[in-house]
Amino acid sequence: MKRLLSGNEAVAWGAWESGVRVAAAYPGTPSTEILETFAPMPDIYAEWTPNEKVALDVAVGAAYAGSRAMAVMKHVGLNVAADSYFYASMTGMEAGLVIVNADDPFMHSSQNEQDNRRYAKFARVPCLEPSDSQEARDLVGTALDISEQFDTPVLLRLTTRTSHSYSIVDLKGTRPPQSQAEKPSYRIDTAKYVMVPGNARRRHPIVEERIGKLAEYAETFPYNRMELKDRSLGIVSDGVAYQYARQVFPEASILKLGMTYPVPARLLRQFASQVKRLIVIEELDPFIEEEIRLLGIPVEGKSIFPICGELDQQIVRECAIEAGLLPSSARVPVAQPDKGLLPPRPPILCPGCPHRGVFYVTNKLKLVVNGDIGCYTLAFLPPLGALHTCGCMGGSIGVAHGVAKAGIAERNVAVIGDSTFFHTGIPALLNVAYNRSNTITIILDNRTTAMTGRQENPGTGRTLQGSETVQVEFEALARAMGIQRVHTVDPYNLKEVEAALGDCLAADEPAVIIARRECALMPEARKTWLPLRVDEERCNGCGLCFRVGCPAIVKSDVLDAKTGKPKARIDPLLCIGCEICAQVCARQAILFRAQLAEEEGGA
Amino acid sequence: MLKVDFLLAGVGGQGTILASDVLAAVGLHTGHDVKKSEVHGMAQRGGSVTSHVRWGDKVYSPLVGRGEADFFLAFEKLEALRHIEMLRPGGIVLVNDYTIPPLSVSSGSDEYPDDERIRAILGAVTPNYYLVPGTTLAEELGNARVNNIVILGALSHFLADVPPEAWLEAIRGRVPSRFLDLNQQAFLAGKETMDKLHTARNCG
Repeated sequence: MKRLLSGNEAVAWGAWESGVRVAAAYPGTPSTEILETFAPMPDIYAEWTPNEKVALDVAVGAAYAGSRAMAVMKHVGLNVAADSYFYASMTGMEAGLVIVNADDPFMHSSQNEQDNRRYAKFARVPCLEPSDSQEARDLVGTALDISEQFDTPVLLRLTTRTSHSYSIVDLKGTRPPQSQAEKPSYRIDTAKYVMVPGNARRRHPIVEERIGKLAEYAETFPYNRMELKDRSLGIVSDGVAYQYARQVFPEASILKLGMTYPVPARLLRQFASQVKRLIVIEELDPFIEEEIRLLGIPVEGKSIFPICGELDQQIVRECAIEAGLLPSSARVPVAQPDKGLLPPRPPILCPGCPHRGVFYVTNKLKLVVNGDIGCYTLAFLPPLGALHTCGCMGGSIGVAHGVAKAGIAERNVAVIGDSTFFHTGIPALLNVAYNRSNTITIILDNRTTAMTGRQENPGTGRTLQGSETVQVEFEALARAMGIQRVHTVDPYNLKEVEAALGDCLAADEPAVIIARRECALMPEARKTWLPLRVDEERCNGCGLCFRVGCPAIVKSDVLDAKTGKPKARIDPLLCIGCEICAQVCARQAILFRAQLAEEEGGA
Repeated sequence: MLKVDFLLAGVGGQGTILASDVLAAVGLHTGHDVKKSEVHGMAQRGGSVTSHVRWGDKVYSPLVGRGEADFFLAFEKLEALRHIEMLRPGGIVLVNDYTIPPLSVSSGSDEYPDDERIRAILGAVTPNYYLVPGTTLAEELGNARVNNIVILGALSHFLADVPPEAWLEAIRGRVPSRFLDLNQQAFLAGKETMDKLHTARNCG
């Protein structure tokens, strides 16, 4: 059956059709939809783990126990999982293990744009790269076969464009039959699976030998495909870059690599010998280019095409014209209207976002705020401008502790979301408790993993596959770590947030504030949406409410007679009635829900 | 070799992605190779959203290049200006005549371009620009959210080879059944409006 699927959906189908039984992941753009698509499929087990390291350990365990397994993560997730990734390369497994890794060139939704093909070489693990959804589907099964044939984990590297582009996929729609009676068995082999130095020393040569065999396998790997056409130009390419290369150079000879590590040395030499000029078109690092250079073959790549950001046909074309590979007549005419400066439209905290209440108060108290990865990172933007650092998942608490230990005059806080706290915040909070800094950790508990599209997590009481489960109690957890000063507040209640922060600031000890309020986009929260209204008589256009940074508060066309400033107006299509602005207004000009209800009752 | 490239742009929450899903399905239904590309994650939260749809005999890149879009559907006026150079000079751009002020405009630090400037910028790229009252028509039908389907209806005016059933079939596959009538009305309203606009333009 033919369907239009995203690369992510195609990976889920490929996993199901090739018999993956256990899959684990932590949500992360651009990889999230893989497990969301896989989880409802029959005869499989899938889970969200607290972080990518746990996900990979879970998948390794399943593969040790004889089940085909898949771990899924975004590029930076593999940094978190790196420890597990390296031992998995050393031990190999009993059944196929595919690690699906989605890089994010251009950092559409990431803090850096590392090229994870480097990890393949780093750990001597083969790396497969699809260039469209059909290949994304096909290469999952191929990865599992390679994993079993060579006793190695296999990295399946997607990028944002292969993950989030849709193309036509021919699906089988079936899954290999499984014997229901027979449970997978656990084969004990301590020399292979206990990585103490003595065993590891014996495993390392096996790993080196394995990558040599894989390099041989790569020579005839069917997804390393030579398309010989005009011999004046030869292009080596991989992933989505192949699509740009083929579009811009319809007549050139192309060697498309479906396996980018290890590279096929003989095939590359053969290709190079048949073309006049050899170039590599690849996104991010000069990875293939360096491998070709190591073979002693003259090649160009990053001297022509950029190392930063994504490629597209326009960039490839322009760079090729610049390098004399194409005539300037190949340029596509682009209109250049004089647009002047257009107002930007950056992503913003949604109207009614509970995080806004916390940031309004940290601003009011002029606190230094160390942030983390999640929707709340957006609080760094004006007009809030309330967040001062953000590096990686779980980084906030350790950074805040370090800032405190450096002895600055200002007090500083860490803000971290519920899911991010589970991910890597817990050990950092333990460190604050153990090493006694007066760090105030604010856990923004919006009862979901919001940024990636509202996934379940250990605080929500539900699993990926919809079962009910336990819910972590943040308060008890903080106390168990030895933190006595623990407050729980409603971030929609500014006085409550300010009182809790005031109490923590007055004390010189570790403190935790749990700001608990469901994400305003959750179905339950949506049922309570009610737009507020500005009393135009009372509003004098002072502009205090604009500092809340809510997109629902806009300047009205009506000017105040005295001040001459525009009055505030609330967009009823955007406002959900969180009442944060109503608490901020000094003239009580924004009506609370209760006042609106009273008016309605009176009318 | 046949190729039709579409760029869609709007503000997160306006239904840009759904419209591109419909467009991709129509392409598939009419026998083309189809690719579609969009960005998820941070870009969706009230920010500027784009989606690329390509039909052809054989489509390589999943992205529409600058200056390569044959049709540009903008669900908001400022977003039309932001991405207008993606349009092939002389290509067709349909703009929902609707304003969503970004935060910097509502807080007073930036100014939203007026209609005169909008027309001047669009006109510098193509004479074939149309301001379609998508949200107004959708509101008249009782639900502003179907503004995206109104604009698709307007687009269908220019794709005479595509049978109306292909559109309705694609819409049917993507909206809840209780909203099907509403969406069909929205589609037809968009098409009729464009028929009239285009006739008026050609006669005027």
